[in-house]
Amino acid sequence: MTMTPRTKSKFRLPTPHNLGYAFNWTGRIGLALILFWALVALFGRWVTPYPVGAIVDWDYFGGISTEYWMGTDYLGRDIFSRVLMGARYTVGIALAAVTLACTIGVVLGMIAAVIGGWFDTLLSRLLDAFNGIPSLLFGLVVVAAVGSSIPVLVLTLAAIYMPGAYRFARALAVNINTMDFVTVARARGEATPYLIRHEILPNILGPVLADLGLRFVFIVLVLSGLSFLGLGVQPPNADWGALVRENIEGLSLGAPAVIFPSIAIASLTISVNMFIDNLPTKIRDRAE
Amino acid sequence: MLRSPTTWFLVGQRLGIAFITLIIVSFAVFFATELLPGDVAQILLGQAATPEAVAGLREAMGLDEPAIQRFIGWLTGLAQGEMGRSYVNNIDVADLLGGRLQNSLRLAGIVTVICVPVALSLGILAAMFRGSWMDRVVSTATISVISVPEFMVATLSVLIFAVWLDWLPALSYGVDVDSLGAMLRAYAMPVITLSFVVSAQMIRMTRAAVIETIETPYVEMALLKGASRTRMVLVHALPNALGPIANAVALSLSYLVGGVIIVETVFNYPGVAKLMVDAVATRDLPLIQSCAMIFCVSYLSLTTLADMIAILSNPRLRQ
Repeated sequence: MTMTPRTKSKFRLPTPHNLGYAFNWTGRIGLALILFWALVALFGRWVTPYPVGAIVDWDYFGGISTEYWMGTDYLGRDIFSRVLMGARYTVGIALAAVTLACTIGVVLGMIAAVIGGWFDTLLSRLLDAFNGIPSLLFGLVVVAAVGSSIPVLVLTLAAIYMPGAYRFARALAVNINTMDFVTVARARGEATPYLIRHEILPNILGPVLADLGLRFVFIVLVLSGLSFLGLGVQPPNADWGALVRENIEGLSLGAPAVIFPSIAIASLTISVNMFIDNLPTKIRDRAE
Repeated sequence: MLRSPTTWFLVGQRLGIAFITLIIVSFAVFFATELLPGDVAQILLGQAATPEAVAGLREAMGLDEPAIQRFIGWLTGLAQGEMGRSYVNNIDVADLLGGRLQNSLRLAGIVTVICVPVALSLGILAAMFRGSWMDRVVSTATISVISVPEFMVATLSVLIFAVWLDWLPALSYGVDVDSLGAMLRAYAMPVITLSFVVSAQMIRMTRAAVIETIETPYVEMALLKGASRTRMVLVHALPNALGPIANAVALSLSYLVGGVIIVETVFNYPGVAKLMVDAVATRDLPLIQSCAMIFCVSYLSLTTLADMIAILSNPRLRQ
């Protein structure tokens, strides 16, 4: 599938473009924004102009100035520093949760597809039932029960989105499982772990990664929603959702303190959507 | 529409699955809230309580019974409309819920009445003139609304309608509405926000459903025979897309459940979701359980309805 065209009339270098792995401009902008936020999440804490929790301005809901690039919050803390630090929580928690959800979901999905039988039926039914709980509600109930902390948030968000990842991976793996090369491998006497690792996984990897990106967006949205309700990341720490909540009083003043964290969330989720929507079809739809 | 015994069997099977799902969901809700927090009696009485008092309360509340027995008791109670008493103010949960549920349903009803016609026409138009500027504007707008959190849609509409234009109050009170104008003003902000969230989903799904039908060979055939674009969509494609569209409508209405939690909190609207978020803050478990069940039941009914419409409208799913 990834071979260069056989036509000899025109020689083509095996560049990403000619192989069908090129990104269009929308995708590139999306990727650039994602990389930007990833760098901010990794290194943001060392470039904050002010200490994150420090009250630097006696005025609250200050406007944009050369001293405070994004204004100040309801206590007079520097919003720019807090947004940089918030990236760490929003991106970090969402990334940890989505990795966990997709790893477990994809592995279980592949096992279910390869083994089949009652294991498949039982697991699919059970996980479908969990899909019957609205995501934000599930988060609310768990947080009500055990209180909110970062490990709880990661595990809860992972638990919410694991069934979806399972269903997606299973549907793809069931298709691959019927293909000849898998039958041949089975006839050779390969064991289930080998089949999953070497026959199924490489062939569903592209779509699974695209699905991971979309799930990441959903997790960011639910995490921000929980934080906005005051049930996510707890003060004095704040992710972007919590920053919006803290400064919601400033909304009627049109304070930058409530606008910039919102822009941060939107730019992250929209850029991931842009990137995934414009992935080269070779990566996204390889299983089809 | 042919209604063979197989169809009814499939519908019955779907209902059965929904019922089993409901049992599993209630199991999850009960155990998430009952088992994890440790000792409810201790929380209720506070740190200063003597061990004897805690033990006494535990016995009085039936907490020393096995968990599975309490679960069955709770479930049968729910089925009979007996939801227990609130821990915080010792009022029957049913009494607390009554008016709130009515408020939430009214909000959801108004949103549905507004959303469905608007979203359907926009979705069908976008599909009809696919690739036109109208389609591009609609698609970009829906994707933007879908990829930002619900509270941002809410804060943005406050910013636009209440702060900049100064047309509407930022908060909704919902209770003391005497005139039509007051009612309109009280409901406007929550309704606008929820409508945006729900119709974005609905437009996207409707557009996808209609496009899928337009791409089938028989619709292309109609175009080749010389039918106009409008006729092709309205006469040939739309009747066959009705099933998927109805499915899309039911599915997107299930987004009301998530959206309503945020919207009621933002606008201080006295509905079930606001009640539940407050109950989470005070850890009022019976109240949380009942509210959670209300949401799960409405969510499940909508998704089940969507599936049943799909089964009834698509003969290929019956085999």
